[in-house]
Amino acid sequence: MEGFTPISSLLGGLLIGLAAALFMGFLGRICGVSGILSGLMAPVKGDWDWRLTFIIGLVLGALAARGLNIAPEEITLSPSLPLLIIGGLLVGLGTAVGSGCTSGHGVCGMSRFSLRSLVATLIFMGVAVATVTVVRHF
Amino acid sequence: MKSLSSLACGIIFGLGLAVSGMINPAKVLAFLDLFGDWDPSLLLVMGGAMAVTALSYRFILRRPMPLLDGAFHIPEKTGIDRRLVIGAGLFGLGWGLVGLCPGPAVASLAYGESGTVIFIIALLAGLAVGRRL
Repeated sequence: MEGFTPISSLLGGLLIGLAAALFMGFLGRICGVSGILSGLMAPVKGDWDWRLTFIIGLVLGALAARGLNIAPEEITLSPSLPLLIIGGLLVGLGTAVGSGCTSGHGVCGMSRFSLRSLVATLIFMGVAVATVTVVRHF
Repeated sequence: MKSLSSLACGIIFGLGLAVSGMINPAKVLAFLDLFGDWDPSLLLVMGGAMAVTALSYRFILRRPMPLLDGAFHIPEKTGIDRRLVIGAGLFGLGWGLVGLCPGPAVASLAYGESGTVIFIIALLAGLAVGRRL
């Protein structure tokens, strides 16, 4: 089990849960990033400012973590341009068609016992594992 | 007030993504590499997040409305349809190829990598197309 970080992972997860809880409590919405972004693609009057501030908040939160030295020193991202483009397109397309991502379906959807979210999560997790397995071991 | 609360939620979420390490694609891929050098950390991230969210939702969703809106905006569809299955499959493929999903991708802009920007532009393009399908 290389690099297993149980404490920081659990703490990070609790923070994510807190964010999702507050989002529902204050705005009454599922804290799904793909959905929040999607709404920004075709901004509706009165409906885009909170989306934009959430997105900005994501970056600010990560910057703050870096500043406080509680974030990874660096991140390792694929250097392959075609892979980044294809991956990005698939993630964008897939989350739009499938109505959600790891935060929307995985954290929020499953937390309200949505069958749709459970199925979606099992599928994207399974396919992701299969993809990495094939790429790394075949 | 909505924008401010949303900003706060975004900040907390971004903090969580960074602290948990999920902002690092390599760490996510290590979790998805189930049959390789497996890093189970994401299980604890999701578990921790779901525990807080599920418990909170129980109480929050009992109220007639959220604090800053007149109604809850909860998805109404309940059935499993082709769109859900295909969409989840496509998303899983993209996620497995790069190790980035929407939240961590945006948050990781904090690291100033050009690759992240490229990924996000492609993601937005994919969203724009997927919305119309």
